Amino acid sequence: MKPIEPLTIPDPQTLARWRDDFPILRERVHGKPLVYLDNGATTQKPAVVIETERDYYEHTNANVHRGVHLLSQRATEAYEGARARIARFLNAARPEEIVYVRGTTEAINLVAQSDVRPRVKPGDEILISAMEHHSNIVPWQFVCEQTGARLKVVPIDDRGALDIDAYERMLSERTRIVALTHASNALGTINPVARLIDIAHARGVPVLLDGAQAIAHVPVDVRALDCDFYAFSGHKIYGPTGIGVLYAKASRLEAMPPWQGGGDMIRSVTFERTEYNAIPWKFEAGTPNIAGAVALAAALDYVDSIGADVIGAHEAKVLAYATDAMRALPHVRLIGTADEKVGIVSFVHEDVHAHDIGTILDRYGVAIRAGHHCAMPVMQRFGVPATVRASFALYNARDDVDALVAAMAKVQEVFGR
Amino acid sequence: MSDLRELYQEVIFDHYRRPRNCGVLPQANRKAEGYNPLCGDRVTLYLLVEDGIVKDVRFEGTGCAIATASASMMTEALKGRTEAEAEALFGRFHDMVTAPPDVPSPGNPALGKLATLSGVREFPARVKCATLAWHTLHAALHDEGGTVSTE
Repeated sequence: MKPIEPLTIPDPQTLARWRDDFPILRERVHGKPLVYLDNGATTQKPAVVIETERDYYEHTNANVHRGVHLLSQRATEAYEGARARIARFLNAARPEEIVYVRGTTEAINLVAQSDVRPRVKPGDEILISAMEHHSNIVPWQFVCEQTGARLKVVPIDDRGALDIDAYERMLSERTRIVALTHASNALGTINPVARLIDIAHARGVPVLLDGAQAIAHVPVDVRALDCDFYAFSGHKIYGPTGIGVLYAKASRLEAMPPWQGGGDMIRSVTFERTEYNAIPWKFEAGTPNIAGAVALAAALDYVDSIGADVIGAHEAKVLAYATDAMRALPHVRLIGTADEKVGIVSFVHEDVHAHDIGTILDRYGVAIRAGHHCAMPVMQRFGVPATVRASFALYNARDDVDALVAAMAKVQEVFGR
Repeated sequence: MSDLRELYQEVIFDHYRRPRNCGVLPQANRKAEGYNPLCGDRVTLYLLVEDGIVKDVRFEGTGCAIATASASMMTEALKGRTEAEAEALFGRFHDMVTAPPDVPSPGNPALGKLATLSGVREFPARVKCATLAWHTLHAALHDEGGTVSTE
């Protein structure tokens, strides 16, 4: 609870302090100060995350759940402590509902293969949306190929918002899972997930949320949402790459068979019979990314020290400023203009390809993403091969938007000759 | 920014805005599709090859200024060449755009107008844009069905 902090912060000093927390923001690129607007791809890391990972290797490193020696106990405590920290961040009921994975992609693949594949039959349906990232499309296509199930895709409107009437219609008695993004990486749209989950649950259908783009920008409470699965990547929330989280209700995890076999996921092994470990460890075969888990917990501490609601409110202001600024530019068209959005501005230019814009902006220090954003069906929906995407994080401000606009003027200058 | 000027030369804009030999070639006897999964750009190349000589060539597709200009200039450079000459030209072009930036440009008279794309070597992320049409040419000459990818 943060009842006294007004949402008008950050004042300039507070913002400067946040920026100071991220060493990489002092980098210069092509002789210009770095203006990092590619947070949808990955966020930068605060010093506390970098130091936590370093500190782990300098003082704690050992394998987990194995040794009787002191370091192994320390490593296990740090690793399991991080799990409890993540559970608290998501408001999960128990730490055992947190499964460590490499990232969102692996989490979705785990659910697809371990929860969904064993219980679908030919003609059953998997319901996704037209704004999904490839990582929430392809794992389901695998399941369809393996089982004869069918993939159904809920359409989106011209602003990039989900067609909720179509969603209700398309949820059928054959639907076995709904897999939706919490926020779209290409358009920024935040889906009304609480309502969508209610609708699915009313028909007995479990729901997976792809939280990759939401986790750092929207407060997430898995118990309030009542989602069955929530997947996210550590590196999208100021943590390291190579560590991610699958939250799943304990009852679902108990019912799911293990996914990968190996060490740590077993209770006992003979050549005749293997007994599996309890949840969540039965899904964590092999030595995990221990340092990554510990550093992810530090990243979540960092986010909580500011407050997810404060970050969200700040980014919303930057988004509004950027939306107005980009709308005012000649020859620019915004792609994705839903009412509820995370800090993502995706756009195309009438005369200049996204890739050319990306190259020119880069020379002026402005890092954006140019391409299809691993969401090619979204690009097809809007009839463009690629867009330019500026995506914001807590350390971005109006200055960064001004730098983007100034660099767009250079694009006009180069191409206007 | 001088290297941006170096990359985006007037000739390149000219070919981007008014691509030459753009469209379907109905009498083509070789065809290939190229795809750059990084940016989603696609090019389809049509060749009419008779007696080992590229008699006509056209391309279709959407792409950035570099990819479009490269495809357009390539079609101009190919007409009348033997298949072996066309392959050799690809080799020289590839060497030019992948040469280390700190080495002075060797300058290759055989490349003609294509030499205006030498600025690409300062932009490693854009080499695939410049070579997309050329990889597609290679596939078409070898009559490889399907889509050739820059990845």
